[in-house]
Amino acid sequence: MTDTLTEEVIAIIAKEQRLAPDVISPDATFQDLKIDSLDGVNIVFALEEKYNITIPDQVAREMRSIRQVVDALRTQLDAASA
Amino acid sequence: MNRVVITGMGVLSACGNSVEEFWEHLRAGRSGLAPLTRLAPESVANNVAGEVRNFQVAEHFGKQVELLDRFTQLALVATRQALADAGLPSRFDEAMAGPAPARVGVYTGSALGGAESQDVAYQQLYGKGATRVHPFSIPRCMMNAPSAHISMESGAQGPCMAVSTACASATHALGEASRWLRAGLVDVVLAGGCDAPLSYGVVRAWEAMRVLAPPGDRPQEACRPFSLDRAGMVLAEGAAMFVLETESHARGRGARIRAELAGYGASADAGHITQPTVRGPLRAMRMAMQEAGFSPEDIDYINAHGTGTRLNDSTEIAAIRELLGAAAMQVSISSTKSMLGHAMGASGGLELAACVLALEHQLVPPTASWHALDPECDLDVTPNVARSRRVEAVLSNSFAFGGLNAVLAVRRA
Repeated sequence: MTDTLTEEVIAIIAKEQRLAPDVISPDATFQDLKIDSLDGVNIVFALEEKYNITIPDQVAREMRSIRQVVDALRTQLDAASA
Repeated sequence: MNRVVITGMGVLSACGNSVEEFWEHLRAGRSGLAPLTRLAPESVANNVAGEVRNFQVAEHFGKQVELLDRFTQLALVATRQALADAGLPSRFDEAMAGPAPARVGVYTGSALGGAESQDVAYQQLYGKGATRVHPFSIPRCMMNAPSAHISMESGAQGPCMAVSTACASATHALGEASRWLRAGLVDVVLAGGCDAPLSYGVVRAWEAMRVLAPPGDRPQEACRPFSLDRAGMVLAEGAAMFVLETESHARGRGARIRAELAGYGASADAGHITQPTVRGPLRAMRMAMQEAGFSPEDIDYINAHGTGTRLNDSTEIAAIRELLGAAAMQVSISSTKSMLGHAMGASGGLELAACVLALEHQLVPPTASWHALDPECDLDVTPNVARSRRVEAVLSNSFAFGGLNAVLAVRRA
C-alpha cells in the first residue's frame, strides 16, 4: 500500500518524466528511472509549485529516490504547517 | 586553402517550412507577412510580422522539447532538413559511413536567443510576483542552445559555437564556419542562424526604436525596401541551416554541390550604434569579392540587407554604387525581406538560401511590395517581379546594428 503523498509524488514524477505512473515503484531510485540531475531540479520545481513550498538546495540535492523525495517533502510540509 | 561548398539547406520562414515552398514564394514575389498571431492582436501597435506558420511542435519533438525555446526548435528542424538535403545521415557515427564526428563542426548565429522563454520567466517574476522561475530557463535561453542541441542530436563533435551580431549573426556564423573549412580544421560544418523574436518584450522594444512599419490596410505589403514610400522593417522569425563542406570532402562522397561559398567579408563601421555608414559595408563587400576572386563586372545579383528603413536602404545603394562603379547599372539587387520580414539573426541564412536558389534557377527573386522609385535607390532593385537572367556570382549582405557588417560571396556550382 502506498499513502496519498507517495501517490502524488509518483504522479508528478510520471508527468514530468513522461512515464506511466504504474511503472514507478515507491522503492525506485532516480537512477532506476533514468532521472538525471537536470530532471531532478525540474521535479523539485514541480513539487514546489504544487505544494507552494520552498525546498532548500541542501534538501533538494539529497533527493535521489522516490522515498527520499516523499520523506523530504513530508518534513517540509510539516514545517510549513507548524 | 580548401574551397567551400554548400551541399544542404533547410529553412523555416514566413515563406514556408521547406526549401521548395520557400522558393515558390520568393520566385512569385509572394509576401509571407501577415497580422501577428503569436501575441494578442491589440497588445502591440505594429501588429504585422513574418511568422513561421503551421509549425507543429509535437510533430518534431518528444520530451526534449521542454528544454527547447522556439529559436532552438526552429534551428533543429532546419538542420534535419539540411542534413537530409545533403544526403548525410541524421547522426554522425564513428562506426558508420560518413564524416568522422570529430571532423564535423557547428556554428549558429542568433540575435536574441531564447526571447520567449526569457519573457515567460520575467512575467513570472515581475508580473505575477513569483519568487522562482522554471529551472530550464537558463538552458532554454542561452545563446548557444541551438548549436549545443544540434551537436547533441547529430553527434557532431568538432568545434561548436554561437555568434551574436544582431542582424548579421547568421552571415557571420556562415562566414566564420567557411574559414574553419578553408583552413582544414574540419570537413563539414552545420552552420546558419535562427531567431524567434516575436515575444511581447522584444516587439515592444523594437517599437520603442520607431523603426517598425505600420501594418496599414495591406499588412502583406508593410515592408517596402527601396520604395519611395517605405516605412520601416517588419519583425520575423525563422531558421536557415546549411551543410557546408570542403569541396574535396563533398566530391569524395559524391555529394550534390548546390553552390560554392566562395568568399566572406567582415568589417566594423566603428561609427554609430544604429546609423549605418557607406564605408563599413563597402569594405565587407570588397573583402568578400576579393576572397572569391570576383571583379565588379562579375556580380550578377546582390541580395541586399534591405530592411525597408529610410536610412539603411539608401546607404546600402550608395555603398553598392561605390563598390561596382559603372557595373552597378548592370547588377540585379533585391531585398527578400519584403517577403520574409526581418528574421533578425536568421535573416542572413534565409537570404543565403535565396542566393543559392537564384544561382540554381538563374532567376533573381524580386523586391516585393515596391510602389515607387526613390531617387536615392535608383539601381535595379528588381521591383515586384522575378527576373530571369544569367546568375553566376552573387553577394549576400547583412549589416547589423553596432555597425557590424558581414557579406558572403557565392558562385554557381
